[in-house]
Amino acid sequence: MNSVTRVFLDAGGSAPLHPVAQQALDATFREGWAEPDRLHRESRRARLILDGARQAIAAVIGARTEEVFFAPSHVAALHHAVRGVARGRRRVGADVVTTSVDRAALLNAAEFAAARGNGRHLLAPVDGYGRVHVETMAAAVASPGVALAAMQHANGEVGTIQPVERIYSAAHDAHVPLLLDAGSSLGHLAQPDAWDLLTGNPADWGGPAGIAFLAVRAGVRWTPDWPTDKDEGGWFPGGVSVPLALAAAASLEAVVRERPDSDAHRRALVELIRDTVPRTVPDVQVHGDPVDRLPHVVTFSCLYVDGEALLGELEKFGIAVGSGSACTSDSGKPSHVLAAMGALTHGNVRVVLPRDASTAGVERFLAVLPLAVQRVRNQIGAQGL
Amino acid sequence: MSDAHRPVIRGAVVDARGLNCPLPVIRLAAAAKDAGAHAILTVVATDPAARYDVPAWARLRGHEVLAIDQDGDELTITVRLGELPPVTGIS
Repeated sequence: MNSVTRVFLDAGGSAPLHPVAQQALDATFREGWAEPDRLHRESRRARLILDGARQAIAAVIGARTEEVFFAPSHVAALHHAVRGVARGRRRVGADVVTTSVDRAALLNAAEFAAARGNGRHLLAPVDGYGRVHVETMAAAVASPGVALAAMQHANGEVGTIQPVERIYSAAHDAHVPLLLDAGSSLGHLAQPDAWDLLTGNPADWGGPAGIAFLAVRAGVRWTPDWPTDKDEGGWFPGGVSVPLALAAAASLEAVVRERPDSDAHRRALVELIRDTVPRTVPDVQVHGDPVDRLPHVVTFSCLYVDGEALLGELEKFGIAVGSGSACTSDSGKPSHVLAAMGALTHGNVRVVLPRDASTAGVERFLAVLPLAVQRVRNQIGAQGL
Repeated sequence: MSDAHRPVIRGAVVDARGLNCPLPVIRLAAAAKDAGAHAILTVVATDPAARYDVPAWARLRGHEVLAIDQDGDELTITVRLGELPPVTGIS
């Protein structure tokens, strides 16, 4: 048995399951297991549960129930949103505009859809906080031949909130639909009413993995470029797991209800980390907007530190954090977000607090971090630089 | 290309080819420690992170990036050192 209490600080896109989600899963796997499109009582019961889940999510994001479609993953939701709109608006143009700090799934889809239509994928630059340059993106969106604009609500790696309303306003004026990736913000921030399509990722707020959703305002032109069926309006053929849908919706309602408390708690812990680390660890760069940010994400880079080795040192103390450093990625490339910001990419530590992160756990992380960094610097021979 | 053929402006050359992050920056910082204020140093690296981390290091340390040149996998960055700051608390 492991005697060290674990401190889990890597909840981005993979948060511990909220108890409400667990309860909903248990109940619905008993009561709502049936395929929801048949005529018998078991199927109708599953259909009612699914409709309720759809309605609950619609209410939270300010959409109509019939505008919400369940997807098998957040990546699939983003991919189909980009591909469907790009295909549907191909007579207008094939260009897709994003920021340079959107998540890889969105950038990949934009690249794919633009290339397929012989268009361009335009990436708007960001400042040192990772906030997109509004005028540049607005001008790109308003240029001729744009099928779709897409961007994140907030950056899941460094926490910075994007100027979504201003980009939406520019897109609206140019009659270009805006896809908003709320995968890192939904459940953590109030949602702006500034989107034509919106995606959410339950695993990020404490719902189950294996499900996500795409909301599409009525009137958005789209055409599937995949073989489709009647499921989820044709957006996601093959249907949806009813228990996962209900657990996603119930946990979203719960985290929104709990947000006044969890928000203050997590903001105080993030503030503590942002304040403490530069004082206790020499040569650290703390990333992201200090104020206009997600309540639970904080990232910093330590000069002369091997990110993978640092994660290993922290793991010895029972502490789990994330990293955007090249040595911790499968690709061997550093985080494109840190790179676009002009930030130090090595020695990167990403803390994403789960909703019930304990103060004691964060204090333990802060207590061991200086020692862990020093050890890794000594191992690599970076003393006295 | 041997050092003798490099342009004079490159100054001392730190060969960090084949080294992964953060070693290219560490080798460059070690060379900077031995060089004087305003000295010109060049680092050659193949690590993709060096493209971002060498300029970020220069900003943090008050050095100036003079040139960045990518030739295939090989990245060459030339910096001019600023006033060398006192060594900070890494021990």
